[in-house]
Order: sequence, then structure tokens, then C-alpha cells
Amino acid sequence: MKRALLTVEHLTMRFGGLTAVDDVSFTAWDGEITAIIGPNGAGKTTVFNCLTGFYQPTVGRLLLERADGERFLLERLEAYRIGRDAKVARTFQNIRLFPRMTVLENLLVAQHTSLMRASWYSVAGLFGLANYRHAEDAAIEKARHYMELANLVEVADWQAGNLPYGAQRRLEIIRAMCSDPVLLCLDEPAAGLNPRESAELNDLLLLLRAEKGVGILLIEHDMSVVMRISDHIVVLDYGKKISDGTAEQVQNDPRVIAAYLGEEEVA
Amino acid sequence: MAYLLQQLINGLTLGSIYGLIAIGYTMVYGIIGMINFAHGEIYMIGAFVAVIAFTAFSNLPLVVAIMLVLLFSMVITAAYGWTVERVAYRPLRGSFRLAPLISAIGMSIFLQNYVQLLQGARNKPVPPMIQGGFTVMQEGTFTVQLSYLQIMIVVTTLVLMAGFTHFINTTSLGRQQRACEQDKTMAALLGVNVDRTVSLTFVLGAGLAAVAGVMVTLYYGVVDFYLGFLAGLKAFTAAVLGGIGSLPGAMLGGILIGLIEALWAGYFSSEWKDVAAFSILVLVLIFRPQGLLGRPEVEKV
Amino acid sequence: MSRSIASAMGPGGESLVKELGFTALIGLALTVPLISYETIDDVGGLQLQGRWAATAFIVAALVMGRLGIILLRTPGRETWVAAGGALAAVVGLLDLFRDTVAGVLGLERWPAISPSYTLAFLLGVGGAVLAIRAAVQISRRNSAISKAERDARMESLGEQVRKLVRVFAAVAVLFALTLPFMPFSNRYVMDVGTLIVTYVMLGWGLNIIVGYAGLLDLGYVAFYAVGAYSYALGAQYLGVSFWLALPFAGLLAASFGLILGFPVLRLRGDYFAIVTLGFGEIIRIILINWYDVTNGPDGISGIPRPDFFGLATMTRRGSDGLPAFHEYFGLEYSSEHRVIFLYYLIVAMAALVAVFTVRIRRLPIGRAWEALREDDIACASLGINRTTVKLAAFGISAAWGGFAGAFFATRQGFISPESFTFIESAIILAIVVMGGMGSLVGIAIAAALLIGLPEVFRDLAEYRMVAFGAGLVMIMIWRPRGLLSHREPSVLLADRSPPGRPVPAKAVAAGEVAQ
Repeated sequence: MKRALLTVEHLTMRFGGLTAVDDVSFTAWDGEITAIIGPNGAGKTTVFNCLTGFYQPTVGRLLLERADGERFLLERLEAYRIGRDAKVARTFQNIRLFPRMTVLENLLVAQHTSLMRASWYSVAGLFGLANYRHAEDAAIEKARHYMELANLVEVADWQAGNLPYGAQRRLEIIRAMCSDPVLLCLDEPAAGLNPRESAELNDLLLLLRAEKGVGILLIEHDMSVVMRISDHIVVLDYGKKISDGTAEQVQNDPRVIAAYLGEEEVA
Repeated sequence: MAYLLQQLINGLTLGSIYGLIAIGYTMVYGIIGMINFAHGEIYMIGAFVAVIAFTAFSNLPLVVAIMLVLLFSMVITAAYGWTVERVAYRPLRGSFRLAPLISAIGMSIFLQNYVQLLQGARNKPVPPMIQGGFTVMQEGTFTVQLSYLQIMIVVTTLVLMAGFTHFINTTSLGRQQRACEQDKTMAALLGVNVDRTVSLTFVLGAGLAAVAGVMVTLYYGVVDFYLGFLAGLKAFTAAVLGGIGSLPGAMLGGILIGLIEALWAGYFSSEWKDVAAFSILVLVLIFRPQGLLGRPEVEKV
Repeated sequence: MSRSIASAMGPGGESLVKELGFTALIGLALTVPLISYETIDDVGGLQLQGRWAATAFIVAALVMGRLGIILLRTPGRETWVAAGGALAAVVGLLDLFRDTVAGVLGLERWPAISPSYTLAFLLGVGGAVLAIRAAVQISRRNSAISKAERDARMESLGEQVRKLVRVFAAVAVLFALTLPFMPFSNRYVMDVGTLIVTYVMLGWGLNIIVGYAGLLDLGYVAFYAVGAYSYALGAQYLGVSFWLALPFAGLLAASFGLILGFPVLRLRGDYFAIVTLGFGEIIRIILINWYDVTNGPDGISGIPRPDFFGLATMTRRGSDGLPAFHEYFGLEYSSEHRVIFLYYLIVAMAALVAVFTVRIRRLPIGRAWEALREDDIACASLGINRTTVKLAAFGISAAWGGFAGAFFATRQGFISPESFTFIESAIILAIVVMGGMGSLVGIAIAAALLIGLPEVFRDLAEYRMVAFGAGLVMIMIWRPRGLLSHREPSVLLADRSPPGRPVPAKAVAAGEVAQ
């Protein structure tokens, strides 16, 4: 039975006179990969920034329903609470790692909230109490597990900024996963990757969906990624939703073809 | 009433000077996004050059002397502005975020002590040159004075401001300056010499600060090497209050800071007037960081 | 004439003349009023006195230096530049030590070229810098190794430096602990030592907010002042003892930090810096003008010295029912006891900061600080509340400043607002920046240099702040990450690897970057 994880209703975002996102509604289902595609400037990243609290939407309701029944209205939450409480994690179009920290440290920062609690807000940690040591060991094991999935164990102690580009993309994804999200938002994860890295990325995303049951929302230009792994595709153009459905449905939608090929007459 | 009027006149004069300095902050911030912490020292150098020049030209007719001193101080101070950018800021483009500000603090400390080393720590006086004025109003024993010097300061500032705005808005150099402010990479692609434009910004800002320096030398008749620190901070406050990046904002902010300071000193106590200026800085940054005439900034994700 | 020189220089000669001419013009503008005329106070007003020799010398030196830099642009001329630079360096050096040189050579006097010692020094340094630059360029060109190899070599050099740093740190700690018992130790050495360690502590305290959280605090001295005044006032009005006041000084400073921090921490980096500066100045103006409480610019004197942990006083005679220190331990009285006691007190306080810093860096809060410095937007997306994390850094930093302030008050016995100017904040900041933000050892070295060197070169005190300002600029240009810029990871998977699954750390660290 499909369960709605994220319901976006009438999302509108205006910057001064410019309407970047115009009355967009869609649903992302739990345990599925939903892709948002569209030409440049279609408003995809703006949707993400509204979802993750970096922009305050002008109009709209962003409802997140977790499997445990908790519900969050994302438009009312600050960015960090969307990550911490609603458990929506994201990556960025221009990778945002902590470049001078190691791969492992990046993954531990992602587990800040749980480790903070375990260290009794640093008190237990300062005195080196056993409960904190155990929590840290567990956090490192979790990080190791994800590094194995993303093939990054070998470079665990490298500075993140020194990794090759593809590895940085994978690291950013597993860093988001380390915060135990229910919804993972990926902003063009395949941008700048070569075909081999792109294939590795596909495998990683499918693995995450299969093993962790996390819902994935994906912005992507690379159609080889989108068509192969998405369960469901939303197409935006000039801030408006023009199509919504499976890969096959979207591919055959004349409005989508028109938007991408620039045909004037719309069926 | 009369007292208030006198404070307003004094505040307007002071505010004109702050406004001239504030333009330097606002333009540099607009084009390379840094707080040129050494700009107060540039102004101080302008004042010192004025003192030396006034002493050197003391036997020339007054009008000629003032004109020459203005020109001389602007040229010399502009050279300092150019050098500061070339030596301390340009090599840091692309360095880490706080590097230019730290470098600017170093530059500020350097210039202050450099002038102290060369010219001594004592106050440097110049004889009063422009005396007299109008009596605007008489109320009991209190006379409201509007001195010729005050008129000159305000008028000079207004003329410079008008000329300067005209320059930025209509000339090709001004257009390049605005283009770089919007997007340096794109401007460079379109053939704007970005390095030269940034240099020009520093030169212009320093030139205006030099005028402020000359005016303050005439107004107070005394300068010292520490003059730039407080004035710089207040002018920066003015730039922030007006909306950083906005030229009319800098002028407006300068005049407001001048008025607030004069009124505060006139009605409360002059010891606490610096607290007033700093409190405004803190309050504006917290509650209205875009200032009065600036555009709000969106966190870039 | 200039035309003929230009053509003699070959292609590009004209632009060379242009560039040199421009340099000369700028040089003239920089020197003509401010250097060429000295203003002398006279009965009738100011008099001007010319300093034209210095002016001409500086302009000429600038043009020559510029020529050297231009020549370095085209390969093949480095040897000339190196030779010229070296010549200038030697001339400058000979000029600087002209008396000694004349003495050694048995001459009446050495015919100096530079108009003053300062200029001789600058000529020497400038020449040396130019020569070194040329030499580096030559060696780069001649060495066949690629950039990658050079990086690898630098990496291994860095590894050695790291090991050396550890050894150095151990030696430094040992030295600090035994300083009072060294044969050369005397009152003066102890005073300078105490001063340096105070700045080490301040540097380490500021490091938390600047080095880890990456927020430029330009008003750190405010917390130092709050700490100092809270003990001084507490002792004066309430008769509070140092040991009771110490925790309060820290807490009070921390509360000030939190109150200020809460509204301003969301500001962008450079605005935040200016606001902290404004806050520092506000505190100072309050201290100056709130005459009834703080005694204004006259300051507070007669601040009591700390007793020996409530067991004995550090004075000649005991008081308040406490015996004197030397009586308590059955020693001969010596005024040095108190000096040494204060020294160990600040060493212990600094050590506390160091231990705390090392530990907290490995905790989630410490990692969050560093992550915030690296990318605060990513932090927010990972559920980290930026405001509270920054606030924690700000409060803790402030608390250490407060502790150091209380110590300062009790050591000096006298405080006034003059001790808490912006320059003080700038010096502490320079210590952190120069040391390499985040590196405790680097900060300690920087404190020793920045506080110790001026003590050594006391005759040159007037040059101190000029050199300080110029140094700050130069560090930003040449080593923006400070002297010791290496960042030690807070945790290594290599250290944690369960048996049977070794992580080839060395192989990886030296290994090729894929792609």
C-alpha cells in the first residue's frame, strides 16, 4: 500500500515581481524515488529550498507524514528543525561538504543531534563517561556502514575537500543519510559525473531505497539517471507543473516534449 | 528652540563629513563585499596632508590656499587608497572569507602608527582661517550661529555628492563601476577591466575622504593620528544605517548620525555620545541590516 | 632619453618605462607630504622641516624594487634580480650595523648610503625578499619534478613538522613548568613569562570562537574587562576573595557573551565582527564614564592579591588569621614567592583551557563548531541549530576571557579602562590568526613571539605597532592559515579499525587521487 510521505499543495514562491514557483502541487510516496525535472530556471531548486526551510514560501502547504504518524508542516519550521525534527535531509547543487574535515568527521557531524544527547550536551563527553564513548563508537560504526555502501572506507581519514568529484557527491549523500532521514532530497546528484560515476550513483540510490526504505526526492538533468531509477516524475516549466506520472507517461506527454524541444503548438 | 536649531546646524555639518567618509565604505562594500576597515585611516591621512599643506601654503591668498590644499590632499590620499588596495587587499581575492577584513585591520593599525611615527603623537594645530558667520536667531542670551565655515562644509559636500552621483550614473567609468558591483565575472567577460575598476573605487572613496579630512581640519583646527578610528566607525555606522551599497543612503546615514550625535551631546551628555553611535550600529544591524535605503539580502543556498 | 632606454630594453621596453614611471609617481605621492615634511611644534604654530634625502631614497628604492619584480616576469633574468636583491640586502645590512662595521675594519666611519637606520633595515629586508623570490623562481625552473611530486614532498615535510610540533609542545610545557627554577630566571623573566602565558590563555580562549567556530570577534577584550572589573569591584565593594570571585568573573563574562551573542550571532561574518568591536568600545566607554562605580579613567587600585588557596597569604605578614606563605611552609621570606605563585596560577589556568579545548574538540559540539566554520548552510540542513552552537562557542570563549581578566586584575593590583582598548583585542586576534586558527601550539608560539619579542627589542618600542600592523597584512597574504596551519583530525578511522579489517592509512594518504 503506497503511503504519501510528502504532500506539496499550491506551493508558490515569489521574489519581488518574479514568480519562481507558481502553484505547484505533487506528492512524494514513501519508499519511492520521485524526480523533479524541468529546463533550467524551471524553479526546481526553489522548491527544494522551500522544502528544507531556506526560503519561506509565499503560499502553500508542505505536509510531511512520517511512518510513525508524526506530521510536520515544513513551511512553519526553521531549516535546522526540518533536518532535526521532521527528518528531511538534503544535498546541494554545488556540493557543500566540510572540506577541511575528514570524511569520517563529516559523517559524525551529521549525527550531531543524537550524539549531543548522548554526551549530555557535552558534560558526559568532557569527563569521558562510558555512555558517551559507546554512543560515539556506535556513530562511527554507522558511518563505517555507509562508507562501505558508498565505497569510501578507504578514504575515511582524507580531508573531504581532497576527494575526487564523484566521491564528494557520494559522501554528501551518505552524510545526509547519517542523519537518519525519512525523506532525502538530492539536488542534481549526477551533475558533473562521468558515465561510470553516474552508474555508481544509480546503484547507491537504488540500494538506499531498497535497504533503508527512505523516500528520495531528486532534481536531475541527467535523463539516464532519472528514467532508470525514478518511480515517479514531476515536470516543472517556468515555475508551473506541466506533467506528473511514471517515466513512460512523462516521456510521452506532449507538453513535456514541447517544453524540452521548444515546440510552439501545444496539444 | 534656538538651542535645538543650533544643534541641528552643528549636526548637519558633522553629518556632511561623516557622509563623505561613508561613501568610501559603501562603494568598496558594494564592489568587493568587504569592510575597508582602514578607510578611517585614509581620512586621517587626508587631514594630516591638509595640515602640512596649510602650513606650507600659509602665505598664499586664502581661497587659493584652500583650493590647492583640497586638490593636493585628494591626490595624495587617493594614492594611499590605491596603494592600500593594491598591497593589502588585491592579493587576498579568493582567500578565505575573513582574510580581507583581518588584513584591513592590520592596515588600519599600520597606517595609524605610521603617521604617528612620522609626524609625532601630539595634536597638530592649524590657525583658524575662515571666521565669522551669520547670526540666525537670537533668543534671550542665546545666539544661533551659522558660521561661514559650516556653510562651506555643507555646500562643498552637496556639490561633491551631486557631481559624484552624476559621475557614477552617466560616465562610462561609472557604468563599469556599477557593472562590477552587480557581477564581477560577467563584467570581466564583457571586457570591463575589473582590477582597474576596483582600484578606481578605492581612489574615488579616498578622494572624498580627503575632502572630509580637509574640512575637519578647518572645522576643529586640530588633528591627531587617532582621528580616523572613531570617525571611521561612525561613518561605517552611517553607511550601514543608510543601507550599505547605496550612495544616497550613505549621505542620509551620515547626516542622521551627525544629527543624532549633536542632539545627544546637546541634550544628554557628550561623554556618552559615542555609545549612542555604537548602539545605533548594533541596533540597525540586528533589526534592519539592509538599512534605510538598501535592498534586503537573501541567504544564498 | 627615456625613449632610447626603452628601446634599448627591447620589446616591452616602453611599457616598462611607463610602469616604472607610475611607480615613481605613486612613490612620490606616498612620500612627499607625510615623509618629506616633518611638522614641528613651534611657538608661532607649526613649522615644516624637510626630509628630502629619505624621500629620494624611498622613491628610488621603490622603483628599483618594482624593476626587479617586472624583470622576474620574464624567465632568464632571475640571476640579475637575485644579484641585485642580494646587493641591496648586503648594503642595507652594512648600513644598519655601520658602527660595528667601521670598528671591525678600523675605519673612522662607514660611508652609509641609507639616510637612516630604519631605511637601512627596510632596504636590507626588501633586497633579501627580492633575492629570495628570484632564487625560488630559479630553483623551481631548474628542478625537473612535477607539481604533484612537489606537493608530495611538501606533504611529507608537513608530516615531519607535525612530529616536531609534538616534541616541541612537550619541551615547551616542560620549560614552562621549570621556568622559575632556571638559573637565568629572575623577577623580570618571571614577569615576562606571566605576561606571555596570560596571552597564551587569551589566545586559546579566543581560538574557540575565531579558530573553531570561524566567527571574527573583534571585541574579545570586553570579556577580559568584564572579568577584571568584576573581581576588582567585588573586592572593593563586597570584600570578595579572589578564589570566590574567579568563577563569578568567568560566569559574568559568559553571561555578557550570551546576552550580546543572542541577537548578533545571526549576522553575517563581517557585520558580526564590527558589532563585537562596537560592543567592546561600548564597554570601555561605560568603564570610563560610570565614574561613581568604576572610578572612571583613574581606574581601581589596591586590588588584593590572591591568598594561597585559603591556607596562607602571599604577603610578608599573615593577616585575617592566616599565616604568611613562608611561615606556613617554614621557608625564608622572599618576595619572589608571590611572583612564582602567580606564574604557576596562570600556567594552571592556561593548562585548564588547553585540556578543555582538546577534549571539547572531539565532542559533537566541537565538531559542530568546525563544521560551522566550513559551511554553515550545510550545518543547518543537517539539523544543527546554528544559533545555539555559536552561542555555546561565544559563551565559552567569553568565560575564558573573564577568567583571564580576573587574573590580570589580581596580578596588576590596578586596572583602568586603558588596558582594554581595541588594540588589545587586535593583538589577541593576531595571536590566534598568526598561530594558525585552531592550533594550540601555533597560538602559544605566536603569543611568545608577539608578546616576547617587543620585550626583547625594547629600544624599538615606537616601531612595535607599525610592525604589528604590517605583520598582520603580510600573514594574510603569505600564510593566511597561520604559521601552523595543519588541522589534526578529531577522530581517525585508522585508529578504530577492528582487527582483521586494517585500513591502509599510509597507502591512502600518499596514494593517487582517483580519476
